[in-house]
Amino acid sequence: MKIKEYLKDNLIFLDGGMGTLLQANGLRAGELPERWNKTYPEVITAIHKAYFDAGSNVVSTNTFGANSLKFSDDELEEIIKCAAQNAKKAKEQSVGAKEKWIALDIGPTGRMLKPYGDFDFEDAVKVFSKTVNLGVKYGVDLVFIETMNDSYETKAAVLAVKENCDLPVFVSNAYGEDGTLMTGANPKAMVAMLEGLGVDAIGVNCSFGPKKLAPVVEEYLKYSSIPVLLEPNAGLPKVVDGKTVYDVLPEEFSSDVSALIKNGVRIAGGCCGTTPDYIKALVEKTKGQAPVQIEKKNFSMVSSYTHAVEFDAKPILIGERINPTGKKKFKEALKANDIDYILKEGVSQQEKGVHILDVNVGLPEIDETKMLTTAVKELQAIIDLPLQIDTSNILAMEKALRVYNGKAMVNSVNGKKESMEAVFPLVKKYGGLVVCLTLDENGIPEKAEDRLNIAKKILAKANEYGIDKKDLIFDPLALTISADKNAGVETLKAVKLIKEKLGANTSLGVSNVSFGLPERDIINGNFFTLALYNGLSAGIVNPYSNEIMKAYHAFRAINGLDNNFEKYIKFTENLPRQTTVAVDTTTKTTDSGEYKSELQKAIIKGLKEQASAITKELLLTEKPLDIVQNEIIPALNIVGVGFENKTVYLPQLLMSAEASKSAFERIKESMSDGKTANKCAFVIATVKGDIHDIGKNIVKLLLENYGFNVCDLGRDVSPETVAEKTIELKAPIVGLSALMTTTVPAIEQTIKLLREKAPWCKIVVGGAVLNKEYADMIGADKYAKDAMETVRYAEEINNSL
Amino acid sequence: MVYPVYVKNYPAPDFNKKEILRYAGVKENISEINALIDECIKELDGKLTYKVCYSEYPVKIISNDIDLTFTAVISKDLAKNLKNCNRFILFAATVGLGVDRLIAKYSALSPAKALIFQAIGAERIESLCDLFNNDIKKEYKAVRPRFSAGYGDLSIEIQKDIFTALNCSKNIGVSLNESLLMSPSKSVTAIIGIANDSDCAGENGCFSCKKTDCEFRRENEN
Repeated sequence: MKIKEYLKDNLIFLDGGMGTLLQANGLRAGELPERWNKTYPEVITAIHKAYFDAGSNVVSTNTFGANSLKFSDDELEEIIKCAAQNAKKAKEQSVGAKEKWIALDIGPTGRMLKPYGDFDFEDAVKVFSKTVNLGVKYGVDLVFIETMNDSYETKAAVLAVKENCDLPVFVSNAYGEDGTLMTGANPKAMVAMLEGLGVDAIGVNCSFGPKKLAPVVEEYLKYSSIPVLLEPNAGLPKVVDGKTVYDVLPEEFSSDVSALIKNGVRIAGGCCGTTPDYIKALVEKTKGQAPVQIEKKNFSMVSSYTHAVEFDAKPILIGERINPTGKKKFKEALKANDIDYILKEGVSQQEKGVHILDVNVGLPEIDETKMLTTAVKELQAIIDLPLQIDTSNILAMEKALRVYNGKAMVNSVNGKKESMEAVFPLVKKYGGLVVCLTLDENGIPEKAEDRLNIAKKILAKANEYGIDKKDLIFDPLALTISADKNAGVETLKAVKLIKEKLGANTSLGVSNVSFGLPERDIINGNFFTLALYNGLSAGIVNPYSNEIMKAYHAFRAINGLDNNFEKYIKFTENLPRQTTVAVDTTTKTTDSGEYKSELQKAIIKGLKEQASAITKELLLTEKPLDIVQNEIIPALNIVGVGFENKTVYLPQLLMSAEASKSAFERIKESMSDGKTANKCAFVIATVKGDIHDIGKNIVKLLLENYGFNVCDLGRDVSPETVAEKTIELKAPIVGLSALMTTTVPAIEQTIKLLREKAPWCKIVVGGAVLNKEYADMIGADKYAKDAMETVRYAEEINNSL
Repeated sequence: MVYPVYVKNYPAPDFNKKEILRYAGVKENISEINALIDECIKELDGKLTYKVCYSEYPVKIISNDIDLTFTAVISKDLAKNLKNCNRFILFAATVGLGVDRLIAKYSALSPAKALIFQAIGAERIESLCDLFNNDIKKEYKAVRPRFSAGYGDLSIEIQKDIFTALNCSKNIGVSLNESLLMSPSKSVTAIIGIANDSDCAGENGCFSCKKTDCEFRRENEN
């Protein structure tokens, strides 16, 4: 019988610990247990057999760390071959009528994925794929991905299985003391992501004994529509008379686990410290216990690498600001590959309280696939909100969904056959909650009823792909009322109809409604309120709009969704008062004392907000460039010289630089061309293979302050990219940085290429691993020990031009 | 003989402002910097975990050849550190990814804050190691100052063996990258020698280090 079929009506018992038993058999500290498949096959077979005899239906091969990072290809094949053979032999030798299967065991690679480690996501998929293919070749029945403590690596492993075989796949994660994975995901987030990826069972193993894992397991049971598995440790280890013993014994273990089986766990075994005795006790304890039927849950969820966002009675805000449509500055940032701009938009929308970030970087002039993938990776590195992948480019959508760490929102599909056939397979493969626009080959129907019909059509088609209603969210399209005065009414009606007739979630891009009208915010806020009262689940909104946020908070407060009005009260506290208090008057009147002026004081003391506010005031009476010349530059010089003389410390230098940057931003806004850079171009990058960029960012900040036109290529940049950009800008200076010894050769290669392709440019290098001698050796023009030295060197070059 | 690996979770150690300043390269009290540090500490709240995994092994030393049980190395400096020891504690500690995420976030948005988070992260992991170190001291009395890969002539290559022996990835979520750097970055591995005698003299932090021009060197012995 196939295991998936058996699982429908039966409990499945897995095996217990392997490592502890190998140690008891003489595995030495530091020895790789996977090698024992070859060297001591009889030991491994005996352990598997003991588990089958004890009542396990599934044993996992001794391949936890069997991957191509630890073993050569030849040895890996040998190990997996032997591992499968050992398990098969045990299966044959173990008598008894019960069903028996062999799982290919896959543990973590032991490497951290980028950006917090150096291991690329696609490389991880490749490494897992090798192991999977060998497991398939040597005849395993299913794949068991276990002890994963990172959601991203878990996803890589699942994709490797799904893309290389049709075997069932069980996925188990290891949670920490705080009930989250090491990289932050909580159980609900993992359920959302893994169900989306279409695995066959999910659950928890390792870390603790069954009692301590129970809360995590309950979360799985609450949210999961697929079988839940559990493999706890036998408690915690201690040494007694030179032997390791665990503090939870088989009796306690089996009664704790069987209690969780009563609550719904369908697949159970043990992890560290458990032995065949534990499995035997568990099988006996649960004899005659009927498996709990698995209910299909109806949670509409998306997730990030930390948490899930659920679409329920509470309205969801999706921040719309990462979208170049109608934003000149954003367009320029995209063209200049300025990822920081996107990150800032993300962070400030999060501060405003959105739950999900829409990410749209479509612009005809740029490679959208590349940019969207980069934006997703960079955003998810620093912001823990789920993302909404917003693109009509199917290739870009797939790449972005692939690298996304969680279950994304997908924007969008529509009722056109072509659209559904392109988008639904992606949602099926990678998981996702997809926005369905109620339009089709005939355009957007005028009447709400007709939009409902398109929604029905989309739902039917999604079901054909195996996508449930809970993973669809219908957008009946907010049309512009200035073009059709009834448009608002019909859209609201459609929201209500879809909610009532389909019982489905809805969303709207709210701002469209007011296009062409003055004071659009007023219309937007009220339209949002009305839509919410008609049952709208989510709005794609501008969170900087007070009217939108007022509508949102008032709706929650009135509908009993805001406990103690906590969020509402907090929101009102930050609302701008009727009278404007621009600058803190106390700072204005204080004596600037030893400082030449208030602005200089703010910059020297590193007070960002004040520097910005004072500059705004000054701009009312003074010319922008005068402020730069008479205030900012002198203040910067005081700090810069202080740093060189060691009377100012690096954090102070940076705080001042940030303060003057905020002053510059005000000045930029007031100038027609928006440009304050008056010095030459400076191309800066952290070289290929290196992901440390704090030093580079410090240098960048200071160079910008001193008026250089800095082109920041980011981190992990190939020599070719550096050369291309240098040629394009005809940049007289290039700055390269590296932190790791292993990336010094990359600096050298970049210099070599620059000498060949851009012989005019001067190259300055810096970073922890470099010094003057190294810099000379690899052919740099200059080694700069810190940011100020780079600035001085750059000024020298600029002056000589 | 079996050498089980134990995992310990600690509550957050108290923040040591003086150390944070030292790691930030600041040698005096400056109110703006203090304010920034306070802001960063507040933002860090709840984002760190304090985990240690460790194991105890016997050690045999003949001249500079050291058999550490889980691996063998040649190191004059470690041999000196482990003099009169016949066993030692090998441990790995981490404060988790939380601070790395904040460093990455502010690296783009505010380098000043990124720098302060670097300093706080360094202080956090060192404080965690001190807590663990104190526990070991209480239990074993005569212990040597902790010694890490890369100290003196002890090759950083030993990290690979340490990671295999302690199974750091599985036990506390720390992994080693190709350049032998650890992720999360605020992690430490080290050896603590357990002496046979009551002789726990040995080295004295910064003052046993030969690099006298280090900008992070402590001013006074403590």
